[in-house]
Amino acid sequence: MSISPDLLTFVFGRLTFEALPFHEPILVATFAVVALGGAGLLALLTYLKVWGYLWTEWLTTIDHKKIGVMYIIMAVIMLVRGFSDAIMMRLQQAMAFGDAQGYLPPEHYDQIFTAHGVIMIFFVAMPLITGLMNFVVPLQIGARDVAFPFLNNFSFWMTAGGAVLVMISLFIGEFAKTGWLAYPPLSGIAYSPGVGVDYYIWSLQIAGVGTLLSGVNLIATIVKMRAPGMTLMRMPIFTWTALCSNILIVASFPVLTATLVLLSLDRYVGTNFFTNDFGGSAMMYVNLIWIWGHPEVYILVLPAFGVFSEVTATFCGKRLFGYASMVYATVVITILSYLVWLHHFFTMGSGASVNSFFGITTMIISIPTGAKIFNWLFTMYRGRIRFEVPMLWTVSFMVTFTIGGMTGVLLAVPPADFVLHNSLFLIAHFHNVIIGGVVFGMFAGITYWFPKAFGFRLDPFWGKMSFWFWTVGFYFAFMPLYVLGLMGVTRRVNHFEDPSLQIWFVIAAFGAVLIAIGIASFLIQLFVSFRRREALKDVTGDPWNGRTLEWSTSSPPPAYNFALTPVVHDLDAWEDMKRRGYVRPTEGFIPIHMPKNTGAGVILAGVSVVIGFAMIWHIWWLAGLGFVSLLAIAIGHTFNYNRDFHIPADEVVRTEGRRTQLLAAGA
Amino acid sequence: MTKLRRLVLLPLLGLLSGCNMVVLNPSGDVAAQQRDLLIVSTALMLLIIVPVIVLTLLFAWRYRSSNKDAVYAPEWAHSTGLEVVIWSAPLVIIIALGAITWVSTHLLDPYRPIERLDASRPIPEGVKPLTVQVVALDWKWLFVYPDLGVATVNELAAPVDTPIAFKITASSVMNSFYVPALAGQIYAMPGMETKLHAVINKPGDYEGFSANYSGQGFSGMRFKFRGLGREDFDKWVASVKADGGGLERQDYLALERPSEREPVRHYASVASDLYDAILNRCVDRSKMCQSDMMRIDAQGGLGVAGVENVITLGKDGRDRAFAKSYVAAVCTPEAPRASVASEAPVGGRSGEPPIFEMKATRTSFVSDGRSPAARAVSSE
Repeated sequence: MSISPDLLTFVFGRLTFEALPFHEPILVATFAVVALGGAGLLALLTYLKVWGYLWTEWLTTIDHKKIGVMYIIMAVIMLVRGFSDAIMMRLQQAMAFGDAQGYLPPEHYDQIFTAHGVIMIFFVAMPLITGLMNFVVPLQIGARDVAFPFLNNFSFWMTAGGAVLVMISLFIGEFAKTGWLAYPPLSGIAYSPGVGVDYYIWSLQIAGVGTLLSGVNLIATIVKMRAPGMTLMRMPIFTWTALCSNILIVASFPVLTATLVLLSLDRYVGTNFFTNDFGGSAMMYVNLIWIWGHPEVYILVLPAFGVFSEVTATFCGKRLFGYASMVYATVVITILSYLVWLHHFFTMGSGASVNSFFGITTMIISIPTGAKIFNWLFTMYRGRIRFEVPMLWTVSFMVTFTIGGMTGVLLAVPPADFVLHNSLFLIAHFHNVIIGGVVFGMFAGITYWFPKAFGFRLDPFWGKMSFWFWTVGFYFAFMPLYVLGLMGVTRRVNHFEDPSLQIWFVIAAFGAVLIAIGIASFLIQLFVSFRRREALKDVTGDPWNGRTLEWSTSSPPPAYNFALTPVVHDLDAWEDMKRRGYVRPTEGFIPIHMPKNTGAGVILAGVSVVIGFAMIWHIWWLAGLGFVSLLAIAIGHTFNYNRDFHIPADEVVRTEGRRTQLLAAGA
Repeated sequence: MTKLRRLVLLPLLGLLSGCNMVVLNPSGDVAAQQRDLLIVSTALMLLIIVPVIVLTLLFAWRYRSSNKDAVYAPEWAHSTGLEVVIWSAPLVIIIALGAITWVSTHLLDPYRPIERLDASRPIPEGVKPLTVQVVALDWKWLFVYPDLGVATVNELAAPVDTPIAFKITASSVMNSFYVPALAGQIYAMPGMETKLHAVINKPGDYEGFSANYSGQGFSGMRFKFRGLGREDFDKWVASVKADGGGLERQDYLALERPSEREPVRHYASVASDLYDAILNRCVDRSKMCQSDMMRIDAQGGLGVAGVENVITLGKDGRDRAFAKSYVAAVCTPEAPRASVASEAPVGGRSGEPPIFEMKATRTSFVSDGRSPAARAVSSE
């Protein structure tokens, strides 16, 4: 029996058996592990009969707390993937000297460093901050959910859909070999004809929809749903940073989407926005991508700053020093982050005045950032610092981030950037601020709010293990890269001739192993804490003697968060309530209006993944079918009027009554 | 943590002294000035960084909860005086650094011809800079010496204490031209020209490479930069001339094809218009030069005839169809062979009138509906 090749091409596009990487033993082994693990997990879920529970309680949930938790679970899974890429790179660079070529051929190595960057930024850091904001912000402002609960569910699943596409690229076809920002002309069809860049484009486009909508959602939530009395200048700092971060998302992600649309048009229909010929301008892409890309780093780091502010005030047992200047610093950073993008390409031949302008605006950002560091410093001053795990992360952050900030300002001096651009010094710098800022912040935040989400604390021993291995591992992994940068070593190289470099790469690889132990400690910590949940239990809802509203409700909070909407009289509302001898109301409850779960989000995102996959492989009929069904489902969903329900007053009475008993038993 | 770090630092310092930090110990005046700037900026920032780190650790220790002797002031959260200090201290540093940045960025602008050989020596009267045209190819470097009429691949040489003026472009994707010992890097980009001025002060062999990832063969895209004494340089030029063949357009088209870890090659002669043709993406004479395209567009464009002038080669696999089209060179009564256009000095650049009149071009298209030249060359 023979099938005509035209029919095959029609049905499968350019997807063939050759797209499966049987020739890559590393990938085959990985696939075997993932397939076995996945099959085992599915079997376990079936055996435990939890599919129904997963569907009704998690996949279709519109509860911001559960969505926040799902974001973070996804980020942790993707962290393991992204870190695997990192340690493979470190090993390759530590091995490939002189005659030794290492174990990764260029076409594999080039995919790995691209995937590492894309995954760590879009599918680890972004979900971590979005997850944390989702969980914390409504609780901090005394709201019952976000402004658009269904949109929230849809946003999460779109982000997850992007992550699924990236993971598919590991086993079907290839990922981009262009670096994480996919500069043309290299990412154009002429020099990257394969599916790698298309996987890159479609996974970012699908995840980008989620990020943008979640930004809109959180802005609306913060602006419209604050508890009575919570004026803007009484908002917790974390909520402030979340607001600014989401404003940045809403203002900058459309630029990324548009830029990738233009690149897609170049690749799919033969336009010439960024090609070498026909008047295309690759530098236009570089400008556009960094107009998104620089605000992006502040999108990541601002919420981390917010976490550190909350943690410092709580564990120092003290009001945050200089609240107002903290707020202004955040706002100033938000605005300035749009005026610095050109510092990513001083070396592309802009004039001296242009370079100076962008260099100096970049340096100016260090003023509000420095003010923030001082504010944390003077919050510690005359405090009573409890060195719980979140506070350890904070102190480590203050030291590490300051070093990263210094090297950042150094890179903002254009003539200095000419010798350091694209070098490992640059790599060390941005890992210094992203790990030292964002990652440390997220670990602090997860440890800090974990008891709120689950009703028990994380095991402190494994938390400290994770903290020490991460911190020490970071210095071992990245300080050598500063040195290598000064030795004139550039990034993304897979083989070296000069043997005197090797020792530094070996030290860096050792650091990566320490970080691996740090990640493992974190996973062990989750497991151990779950086993010891009775011993680590917190019934008060306020395990850290917190200061903001989320600590006033139970842990985990009921679906409706607050039985009665709190009234805010001061910054640090919960601290103020405690001081005034607040008595928890036990009666007077009324039915609570709540949104209903829906499967539309997960279905729409699933269809989007199919469309993305079909577009990547040029399976046009499937893409068309997918698009039509996407529209049909989206329109169909608007006819679903069965979207809300009321939690009856007596159920609220029962839930609150149980908490009263618990509190009485604990006291 | 501090103790631990100190323990770690000691052997590291030993290592540091043993390694060659070329960025901190360069051999060219431009790179040396960039190094000085690096050090001055770092020192300036350490003025504030060190106190912050020390205070962080100090406060963390002093105000630990177990230290009941320390003052505890839970309501203390504002001090106008302190706020002024914490905003103005970084501000002062940044004002100083900003001033340094403005001055040094202009002084060390790579497009600006250098004015001195090093800190103590101005450029002697009558010394003309050596011009080098740099082309980043997949994945090797081509260096053309228009004044000397020679060219090399993966080897760059220059006499010491002589200003060098680089003109830099690329054939396909973005690279970055970087010799750390000589001067900071600058991107090499297709269809665009960047410039770099530098001088090498010490004879020696230095590493040069691409600092911007450019695809599969990127890691091997390295070259030797040789700083030579005047006599050695002349000898080197003579040896290049003795070595070999010429680099004409067809040789370049072969050289341009992707290849990795190419050995050093020397060319005794080089087509005088090669670099301009590379820059304007018309080494293949059937393609219209970008400079001509821009001039035509500046005069209103070819209109519909312009579409006719686009050549699309047969589909070579479904994916790459779009990459295979280009704008064909135009032949005119004044320039009967399209090729002549790129050999003649092109108007605008040297102030001569354009080589073709828009009117003539347009009527010739209208009369027979399509460009005969375009048809003719497309069969190649």
